[in-house]
Amino acid sequence: MTDTADTTVSRRDLLCTIAGCAAAASVAGCSEPTHTDFFRHHLHELTPEQLKAMLADLEQEFSAKYGKDVTVAMTEARPGVSFAYALDLSRCIGCRRCVHACVKENNQSREPAVQWIRVLEMDKEKGIDLHHANAYYEAETVPRPGHFYMPVACQHCRNAPCVKSCPVGATWQEPDGIVAIDYDWCIGCRCCMASCPYGARHFNWAEPELPAEELNPKTHYLGNRPRPKGVVEKCTWCIHRTREGLYPACVEVCPVGARKFGDLNDPASEIRYVLENKRVFVLKSELNTRPRFYYFYGV
Amino acid sequence: MFVRFVTGSIRIVTRGNALYWTWIVALLAMITAGVFAYLHQYDAGLQSTSMRDQVSWAFYIGNFTFLVGVAAAAVLLVIPAYVYQWKPIKEVAILGELLAISAISMCGLFVFVDVGSPLNLMHLVPGIGRLNLPSSLLAWDVLVLNGYLVLNFTIVTYLLFSLYRGTSPNHRIFTPLVLLSIPAAIGIHTVTAFLYNGLAARPFWNSAILAPRFIASALCSGPAVLLVLMMLLRRFTRFEITDTAIWKIAELMAYAMGFNLFLLGAEVFKEFYSNTEHVVHARYMFLGLGEHNALPPFLWTAVACSVIAFLLFLVPKTRKNPVTLVIGCVLIYAGVYIEKGMGLVIPGMTPDTLGEIYEYVPSTTEVVVSLGVFSVGFLLFTLMVKVATPIMLGEFRDASAPKGEIAH
Amino acid sequence: MRNHSLPRWLAAFALAALPLAGCDAHDHEEDFPSSIGAPPVEAASPQGIHVPPPPFSDGVFPCSDCHDPEMLLPNPRRRKLEMAHQEIELKHDAEHRWCLDCHDAANRDQLHLAGGELVPFEESYRLCGQCHGDKYRDWRAGVHGRRTGKWDGDKEYLLCVHCHNSHAPHFAPIAPMPAPKRPVRTP
Repeated sequence: MTDTADTTVSRRDLLCTIAGCAAAASVAGCSEPTHTDFFRHHLHELTPEQLKAMLADLEQEFSAKYGKDVTVAMTEARPGVSFAYALDLSRCIGCRRCVHACVKENNQSREPAVQWIRVLEMDKEKGIDLHHANAYYEAETVPRPGHFYMPVACQHCRNAPCVKSCPVGATWQEPDGIVAIDYDWCIGCRCCMASCPYGARHFNWAEPELPAEELNPKTHYLGNRPRPKGVVEKCTWCIHRTREGLYPACVEVCPVGARKFGDLNDPASEIRYVLENKRVFVLKSELNTRPRFYYFYGV
Repeated sequence: MFVRFVTGSIRIVTRGNALYWTWIVALLAMITAGVFAYLHQYDAGLQSTSMRDQVSWAFYIGNFTFLVGVAAAAVLLVIPAYVYQWKPIKEVAILGELLAISAISMCGLFVFVDVGSPLNLMHLVPGIGRLNLPSSLLAWDVLVLNGYLVLNFTIVTYLLFSLYRGTSPNHRIFTPLVLLSIPAAIGIHTVTAFLYNGLAARPFWNSAILAPRFIASALCSGPAVLLVLMMLLRRFTRFEITDTAIWKIAELMAYAMGFNLFLLGAEVFKEFYSNTEHVVHARYMFLGLGEHNALPPFLWTAVACSVIAFLLFLVPKTRKNPVTLVIGCVLIYAGVYIEKGMGLVIPGMTPDTLGEIYEYVPSTTEVVVSLGVFSVGFLLFTLMVKVATPIMLGEFRDASAPKGEIAH
Repeated sequence: MRNHSLPRWLAAFALAALPLAGCDAHDHEEDFPSSIGAPPVEAASPQGIHVPPPPFSDGVFPCSDCHDPEMLLPNPRRRKLEMAHQEIELKHDAEHRWCLDCHDAANRDQLHLAGGELVPFEESYRLCGQCHGDKYRDWRAGVHGRRTGKWDGDKEYLLCVHCHNSHAPHFAPIAPMPAPKRPVRTP
């Protein structure tokens, strides 16, 4: 596998070859290690051997770049599993533990800061009114009197506008319901961001800055592997964890236990209990996106 | 013969008076500046623009949208010229097609400079990549815009090369192509409108009259460029463009602008009268939201430009006066440029889908890159017009070609 | 009748043994992500719910070290505690409740249900569940409170008292983590 990178044409090499000029070389940084074959097929059309080679290249590249052993898994969806998420609005206190745990777990860029979860502070008297929501609240302690909190991240819609709008099929819904992105296929046109009603998609406006000591070396190809600049990313429900049977990081860190995750097909799951015993709603239901992310009032 | 055509064309574009060369050098200088600005952007990432997650499409895509309209406007000239065989416009219709080619080229460049991973753009190429059809409107837009470019390029090249050879174009090939360009022009602008229109997440764009508005405004802005060009050609070349042709186009533009203003009014009424939470975007556009009020001055300017131009073109006296005619064209161009560029994209994204207001103003990089792209388009258009004019006038013709007037 | 021969001030000692550990979410945040791995499980109740050990303060358990039935007689009277457990401020339906309603006077190392059945501290949720039946149901289903472990397998539960101080159960406000930065335009 190690010779793959040497024998195939990499993107940047090709650009340099075409441009054949110093300007392109200085801009594209031809000497940097590369991992992706220029004329690679769409992820869904790769043979198992090609996929294995590609993952090995990525592992090699990231391990060299960050100076520690990085694994890039491609764990498939478990047959018969249908993920869903529920968030208890009566519990959330707006402490943003989830936001920061997510950044650490999923290797988001620290500068410019990319955060997959946005915690909105709302006025109790106004109810869920996004036009009066504030994500930038500062406080000694939370919850602040008179306010409640609504974290928003990817809703993993069954009828996802982002998937529909992507011109190259770089984002799709996995069999277990996770809406995934192939960062190496994304062209960075941001149609998906324009079409997402939840502001869930984030763009790498600059080269992501991720200190090596903070890198989480356990990664998934469709999830928390380090991203290139100029592509879109978003919550993957910690695909590298949940495909292994673990809870997403935000579920585990939430100090008030407001976050619930599980398999809709498992009658004993927390998520099924919520749907059957609590009154749930989905955000912007009028748009018919049919989210797999439910909000509920646990009290 | 083709080699002679090419060498002859090169000879034509390398000869010109001081004014011509000043224009060309100025364009080349701006293109150079644009290239360097783009290289900086490529290196630093789109952080060098003022776009952010909250406003993720902006100046580039606004210009793209405006130019799709300019490109589509070629039909306004093609319809009467070829369908009704209306002579005064027919001879200048080719200018519209050249403009369409330049505009589409600029559109392509604006998309190119807007994407974050330009090297991945080949994923749009069928065979190598994967076009997400039929669901992605951008995929459709890529198809129709490229199709429209090829179509117009074919029409123009075929016509000019025929004239160069001293023969009439074969109408059994030519007419169907021209007729096809009419629905194609409507098509590119409709698909581009649908690109916005289909996004339920953005209520400001999710309006059924968006596509008609696009078409109406395009039918104003495209001809505005052409009218100014025709006046210039009349002055600087032997190109004969009759007053009747110019007045007719201006009249058609007046109707288009009237319709455009009507549709805008309908939209404004619906937003402000029903006064739902979705009015916030229109409010941001026309009135500003609190301290966020960068946009209203531009928008009111645009409305004023459009209304004044409408009146100038509606009244026969001012329509026929060359001075007010040119003023009208400039006003229309400015009005539609603001309304359809920044005035469409920015309010659609402000506030964002979670209600956050980030006030976007283009960065220097964006402005310089955009000027570069416009310069490429103008350069392309200048060179094409420079070659096409003597061919149309019968001055640039192959040595073996018969002399005299050729019907086309 | 219970033996009330022990000094009453010691009756509240066991109550003080439940610190407010669960309320300090910083603990969870700082050792993240290692906290995602299961904390050591010592008590597996007969009902099959895995919980970490109760959050006693160091050295307070077993309660019977001080509440020796030979030396201290229980005092059920409502009063200001002066000899020990002064830090406890009872804000848990204080009007109707006092120490020995939950702590067993005869067996200080256990709690008791309303009917008198003894309950070890590891199963204190049964005691809480007597009044908070809906919460108890949700908690058993994994819906009330934080859950770690596997969504498809073994889960780590927390006792009610890991998050709620049993003497003042209202969830205390905590400091939020930093707000996101506002987007800044490039000139």
